[in-house]
Amino acid sequence: MSVSTSVEQAGNQEPLQILAEDGTVVRPDLMPELTDEQLREIMRRMVFTRVWDQRAISLNRQGRLGFYAPVAGQEATMIGSEFAIAKEDFILPSYRDIPQMVWHGYPMYQAFLYSRGHLHGGQIPEDVNVLMPQIIIASQCAQSTGVAMGFKLRNEKRVAITYFGDGATSQGDFYEGINFAGVYKLPVIFFSQNNGYAISVPFEKQTAAANIAVKAQAAGIASTRIDGMDVLAVIKATQEARERGLNGEGATLIEALTYRYGPHTMAGDDPTRYRTGEEQGEWEQRDPLIRFRKFLETKGLWSEKDEEATIEEAKQAVADAIKKADEYPKMKVSDLIDVMYETLPPGLEEQKAEYLAKESK
Amino acid sequence: MAQMTMAQAINDALRLELARDEKVLVFGEDVGKNGGVFRVTDGLQAEFGESRVFDTPLAESGIGGLAVGLSINGFRPVAEIQFFGFVFEVFDMVASQAARMRYRSGGRYHSPITFRSPFGGGVKTPELHADSLEGLFLQTPGVKVVIPSGPYDAKGLLLSAIRDNDPVIFLEHMKLYRSFRAEVPEGDYTIPLGKANVVREGGDVTIITYGAMVHTSLKAAEELEKMRGAKVEVIDLRTVNPLDMDTVLASVKKTNRAIVVQEAQRSAGVAAEIIAQINEKAILHLEAPVLRVTAPDTVYPFAQAEDIWLPDVKRVVDALTQVLDF
Repeated sequence: MSVSTSVEQAGNQEPLQILAEDGTVVRPDLMPELTDEQLREIMRRMVFTRVWDQRAISLNRQGRLGFYAPVAGQEATMIGSEFAIAKEDFILPSYRDIPQMVWHGYPMYQAFLYSRGHLHGGQIPEDVNVLMPQIIIASQCAQSTGVAMGFKLRNEKRVAITYFGDGATSQGDFYEGINFAGVYKLPVIFFSQNNGYAISVPFEKQTAAANIAVKAQAAGIASTRIDGMDVLAVIKATQEARERGLNGEGATLIEALTYRYGPHTMAGDDPTRYRTGEEQGEWEQRDPLIRFRKFLETKGLWSEKDEEATIEEAKQAVADAIKKADEYPKMKVSDLIDVMYETLPPGLEEQKAEYLAKESK
Repeated sequence: MAQMTMAQAINDALRLELARDEKVLVFGEDVGKNGGVFRVTDGLQAEFGESRVFDTPLAESGIGGLAVGLSINGFRPVAEIQFFGFVFEVFDMVASQAARMRYRSGGRYHSPITFRSPFGGGVKTPELHADSLEGLFLQTPGVKVVIPSGPYDAKGLLLSAIRDNDPVIFLEHMKLYRSFRAEVPEGDYTIPLGKANVVREGGDVTIITYGAMVHTSLKAAEELEKMRGAKVEVIDLRTVNPLDMDTVLASVKKTNRAIVVQEAQRSAGVAAEIIAQINEKAILHLEAPVLRVTAPDTVYPFAQAEDIWLPDVKRVVDALTQVLDF
């Protein structure tokens, strides 16, 4: 069974790698079944996301975006895992996981409005199965159990996938979430993007555990460790975790080893205070885009022309989304008061009237 | 009509709603097979099965997270926090998650959760069981807080709470669970949230109160009338967030004198908020300052001191006398 080969009760095992850094397939037996078109689409999405990230950083520096957590380096974990789930599966993201939300159907202009602190950024379209990005670390882990229990109670073939970092696995809500998921055998994928740092605190100061995957043992759920710079390993592990969930085998914890090239967020973090350039250079050697591009080029599935076309497409999409975000009506305090409750209590009605008067001037 | 304790009335409401709406789920620590540590959920698992009424692992934040996840996925969770002193363990899920869900998502999601929890003094619990923490949730926009004073109200308010589309904290005073029985109609009835109840009419002075202190206040009202013939109006708030200031202000404008009685500590909280709003909206109607009868600003006391610590009839009578003689 494929399940036992990649997802298992984890010890201090080597992370699963399907594609080596030079783009060669080292585990053909675990190669996910993907058409040439799908392989090209994965590459397109990774290139697109990197360009979008570069544009977002530059827009932030120009003061045209607000809160932003850069994603470069983590494209394989983000794009691969989202690619491996279905549209009806439900994503509970953290604040860096905007790409998964967008590739799941959340419009990019709304992501920009979210970044700028506009109410409409949170108004996820009805047919898009994602929650707002979570700010409280690991809270989404404990909430994913409820979403998954709902699927199970209604006998729906859907899973919940929740994203969090390495620091989150120190939080109580992480343990409570995996424990509840274990007890009720819920279809949850706990996807940990271990980028080595919780802002500045390195993984070895976060836990004495050998790794994150072993933490699943305490909750009685399955887990796996994967090379998070290898998009094929990400897809394979996520597909299997999803299958386990759909088959009633319960939750899976995936630990994907990755790296964020940029700062924690654009709000003043300086990674040179806690990481060396040498370390960063080593991780850049493992870059998910370079590796996958080499793999596709040897198969004749990706060319310089494809790369350029995707870069142009991404630049245009970002420009269009920013324009749409610019044109969106300004948010009012009275709009915010309206969404505090289904029906406003009288005290809040009075307070709304004060703001309406102010806003009509 | 049946005579029921408040515990039975709450059980009756849960049974009714589980039968009426399949989206309702009841869960928490010991609520399944054991029927809850106060037997409030007694018999519900046997009747509705383990997928509707179930035990959770012993982890309050996990319970809150489960409730939040279910609530955005079409369910109406009724989650029990075994004692309200444990609410700090689940504070993030209540105050930062459920309470903000509608706001954060601009109305796309909402969290119709009822957090049921026993609280209240006078039953000699270990610490962190009896504390009156409702004041914390007056400063938590997005939640409602309901505190019934007896069996009839408990059933009607709980049915409204479960059907409400925003998160409701439903606090059950432990001393009221079995201290008396009252007539409770069979079947479905609701009492609206956010509406106070004038439980005793009078024209000379108003007591604004809620929970177990309604009974203390009613006794004080009787005593004062015997002492000096003064007619005391008693308002049971029923819901402390949002406050029904219309009822409070109408009474104060009639009596021109008022006190607020609460079991909670003095500073901030319900009494302070009510007095602030009376000050803003009815100060010219007042013949005396509005006084508070409360517990002191300490943490809830160890069991041997709680009878003295809690507000009692004498202190309420004293405060009424002060505002009448001002």
